[in-house]
Amino acid sequence: MAIDPQLAADLKSQGVHVTSFEQLINWGRSSSLWPLQFGLACCAIEMIAATMAKYDMARFGAEVFRPSPRQADLMIVAGTVTKKMAPQVVRLYNQMAEPKYVIAMGACAISGGPFKEGYNVLKGIDRFIPVDVVIPGCPPRPEALLEGLMTLRDKIAKEKLMGKDRARHADPKGAASFPVPEYGPHDLQPVANPSIWKPKPLVREEGGGE
Amino acid sequence: MTAETEAILGEIRAALPDAAVSMLKNPGPAAQHSLLVGNHDLLRVATFLRDQVAFDLLSNVTGVDWPDPKKANASAAPEGEGSPAEDGFLEAVYHLYSTSKRVGPLVLRARTADRDQQVQIPSLVSVFRSAEFQEREIFDLFGIQFAGHPDLRRILMWDEFVDHPMRKDYIAPDDYEYEPTPHDAVLEKAKRHYPAES
Amino acid sequence: MISDPSMFSSAPVLEGSDDDQLLRVSLGPQHPSTHGVFRMNVVLDGETVVSLKPVFGYLHRNHEKIAESVTYLSSMPYTDRLDYICPLSNNWAYANAVEKLAGIEVPERAEYMRVILAELTRLINHTAFMGFILGDMGAWGSALMYAFRERELILDLFEDLTGARMMANFMRFGGCRNDLPDGWAGKCSVLVDDYGPFLDEMEKFLVGNEILLVRCQDVGQLPAEKLINGGITGPMLRAAGVNYDIRKADPYGIYERFNFRIPLGEKGDVYDRIMIRFLEMRESLKILRQALDQLPEGDFVNPKAKIRGFKPPVGEAYARIEGPKGELGFHLISDGSVNPYRYRVRPPSFINLTLLEDMCLGLDLADVVIILGSIDIVLGEVDR
Repeated sequence: MAIDPQLAADLKSQGVHVTSFEQLINWGRSSSLWPLQFGLACCAIEMIAATMAKYDMARFGAEVFRPSPRQADLMIVAGTVTKKMAPQVVRLYNQMAEPKYVIAMGACAISGGPFKEGYNVLKGIDRFIPVDVVIPGCPPRPEALLEGLMTLRDKIAKEKLMGKDRARHADPKGAASFPVPEYGPHDLQPVANPSIWKPKPLVREEGGGE
Repeated sequence: MTAETEAILGEIRAALPDAAVSMLKNPGPAAQHSLLVGNHDLLRVATFLRDQVAFDLLSNVTGVDWPDPKKANASAAPEGEGSPAEDGFLEAVYHLYSTSKRVGPLVLRARTADRDQQVQIPSLVSVFRSAEFQEREIFDLFGIQFAGHPDLRRILMWDEFVDHPMRKDYIAPDDYEYEPTPHDAVLEKAKRHYPAES
Repeated sequence: MISDPSMFSSAPVLEGSDDDQLLRVSLGPQHPSTHGVFRMNVVLDGETVVSLKPVFGYLHRNHEKIAESVTYLSSMPYTDRLDYICPLSNNWAYANAVEKLAGIEVPERAEYMRVILAELTRLINHTAFMGFILGDMGAWGSALMYAFRERELILDLFEDLTGARMMANFMRFGGCRNDLPDGWAGKCSVLVDDYGPFLDEMEKFLVGNEILLVRCQDVGQLPAEKLINGGITGPMLRAAGVNYDIRKADPYGIYERFNFRIPLGEKGDVYDRIMIRFLEMRESLKILRQALDQLPEGDFVNPKAKIRGFKPPVGEAYARIEGPKGELGFHLISDGSVNPYRYRVRPPSFINLTLLEDMCLGLDLADVVIILGSIDIVLGEVDR
């Protein structure tokens, strides 16, 4: 049930704040996201710089980096995910409790980045776990990480908790853990998770791409 | 300060006259000539260099894959007749320095007989401990088996991996299914996955 | 931390051990104190370490293989990402190796610029080290805040000059990418003058600190001959009293013109390694002061150095520099084409880990964490 904004403003001027459960819960969740202490590579240094005094992620309630996945609800995948590391990333994601969010920070976590042609580089963590926000850059500036965090807060604020298009964590049938890939003789098995990674089919134009 | 490779070769020949050591010339401007040591004599020569000539720091061990021996001879040219190897071989290049005398690098090379079956080189771990991880890495990425290494297993790739990725004939896994903006080499790999619009 | 015996399937079996008394623990790859994705399979008898096998490769990004398919210049941005806390010295090491391979001269102004940037990089590396080692000891965040406050000032300078805070991609074969902007040398000079008081402030916190003294003294030492035999270089070697700094032992660039000393430790324990880095920072400030005063006018890059279609002659070269973590070397083999035939990075962090087990045997698990911190590793370099 939507709240009439004019009525809400009138009441607010008299000291009565009207909200809905959904808005209240989403506000609480988005204002205190606790990231998992999980830096992989160079982007981790910019992530640490974002928590330091100059860029100060504490303003967003997110400076409490938890070492244990059980206590965290945001996983900032900062850095290149290699095929050797990918099963551990998925395992950590599975160990986090719902509701949980993933930010893919840096070009390497989004699609493999500059190391895309490497035999040991996973071309994007979104092959195995669902990603909510991507932050391009190599490495993205700390301000970019803060903007990514704000984008995630907006996304959480718009989440629905009931109804048929509710968020995955509010749906008892929504998957909270995903299968962990295994080490094969030449590559990971499977190469990607088809229920998560559904790239748009591309059609190559004659004359080659650019 | 490049070591006086010829002088050291002379010292080795004087102390170990039956060791198979020969000089390879580096044609480039760096002029870092190397000593090719036969596999049977590698440990003796390394021990001699460490104890008698004070080369106590093994700085670097590099693995190289030479499927074409002519290229190997071009960048490290043997004196006299060419290398007897007809097929390709794998090679380990060692860079030695002396912390007390402040000279270096002294470059040693050890070669395998071929690239498939006879890929053994003696391990230098008993002489220089710094070879431990580096030899494991060369085993992992090139496939050279270091005889006498205390713990020869993969170090950078996972244990179930079977290939040796740094070899020149390694074929990387093909996971280029989604390439929105390919060009050059990636375009070639992506073409295998996309239908072409005629 | 998962203790699952099957993960040790490929590790050597401990003979004659009292198996039901030992606790096998896997520290990492996700762990607050392992400085990146580094894993250690530790076997403990109570709290004491009986065996420690490092496992890495979780950040193996195939830098060497990629370098064989791209040109020499295209590898320069990848060298930034090797030791990602000190990108500019990696750039210099690579440029040095290619200049040796191809016989390219570097003009004087470029050499001075390189020294200034390398010493600034040494400052940010050692400052960040202070923050991280104190985090390892339990003071999580506090010292790191001070360290990063100073690091940000230097990163601002880098951004002014190169356009990027971290991944500068600044050195070229024959010099640097662009000249110093107006006023940069002045700003750098002001920073060098203000850095001394910051070091005094940090030293006041640390030198007499009881916790530091109790936890770090006599922990993790090894005799000097064992360190040299293990290929250890950099501040770890000098903390044990071995006078081997490549800037003095095998000078590159124009380091012979500067007047600076090499601090040496006595015992080589964790305390010495921390204090060595403080003293090295002070020596870096001296070098910076001299370099800024002597900075000449001139070319910032060799005008005859070829950029497009750069094909070095057939041959090979191995060149090394004294990076903040140790001896960073590049071994390049050229076959006359635009791509290197073999491109090898000699990573100081990787080789400094060879003796990790020896340093930790018989000590407690808490000491393992600070010994690992004192080696100062960066996984980008360990795994390449």
